[in-house]
Amino acid sequence: MTDIHTHKVTVQSNSEALKESWQWLLKQFESMDYSDHDSFAVHLALEEAFYNAISHGHKMNIEKKVDIEFNVSPEKVDIYLTDSGPGFDPNTIPDCRLPENLYKTEGRGIFLMKAYMDLVEYNKSGNCVHMVRHRNSSKGVTAKNN
Amino acid sequence: MADICPRIKIEYQDEATIVEFTDDKILEEKDIRDLDKALSAIIGQATGINMILDFSNVKFLSSAVLGMLIRLSKRIYENEGQLALCGINPKIYEIFKITRLNKVFDIYKNIDAAIDRLAE
Repeated sequence: MTDIHTHKVTVQSNSEALKESWQWLLKQFESMDYSDHDSFAVHLALEEAFYNAISHGHKMNIEKKVDIEFNVSPEKVDIYLTDSGPGFDPNTIPDCRLPENLYKTEGRGIFLMKAYMDLVEYNKSGNCVHMVRHRNSSKGVTAKNN
Repeated sequence: MADICPRIKIEYQDEATIVEFTDDKILEEKDIRDLDKALSAIIGQATGINMILDFSNVKFLSSAVLGMLIRLSKRIYENEGQLALCGINPKIYEIFKITRLNKVFDIYKNIDAAIDRLAE
């Protein structure tokens, strides 16, 4: 039977509020010998998802809460992050790599989450994101000639 | 070399303004806002500034930093200046490649290479 370590926490909409949860997750990665690249990828996706929740979902209202759940096994990590905002339609986010969007100062967060995680999916209302990364996934590595 | 805020050091060399990020993470929204202000103060109304941003110490950043760099580059280019980035570690360079910002910014291996290019 797969050993799954779970961590559930509710935090304020403060960009520093993620630190403790990330430290817990990092400890699991270290004990399960996840690679540096896995760790970097999940950290980036997590920070981007959390920033989206507190900035777009909660409009930086520090009192609003974000629910976070991690399920880590030696094979993969599952992350659920839920805000109390109205949600959004992720399909309306334009591709930040298109020439007309390259110089925009926002709009790269979800793109990076998708680039580094094997699965990024939202609930119907768009206020809960579920992300999965498998151990040693190749996500987040571009071709050398790009 | 003078400390102008807790998170950057500034040095002038061969007509270039070299800004070194001293933290290994640039992440918090407030930190990025402070950085934006500090860098904007350096640029000020200067015409033709040659700015080099040295990322040698930086091991992690978020997409909000990319947005700040784009804002900064617009201000510099509007004032006929030049901006170069250097010392970016492979993991962070991957973020630039994935978002295609490696085609937007002039990125060099180290400060010397950036100075050589800006001097041309």
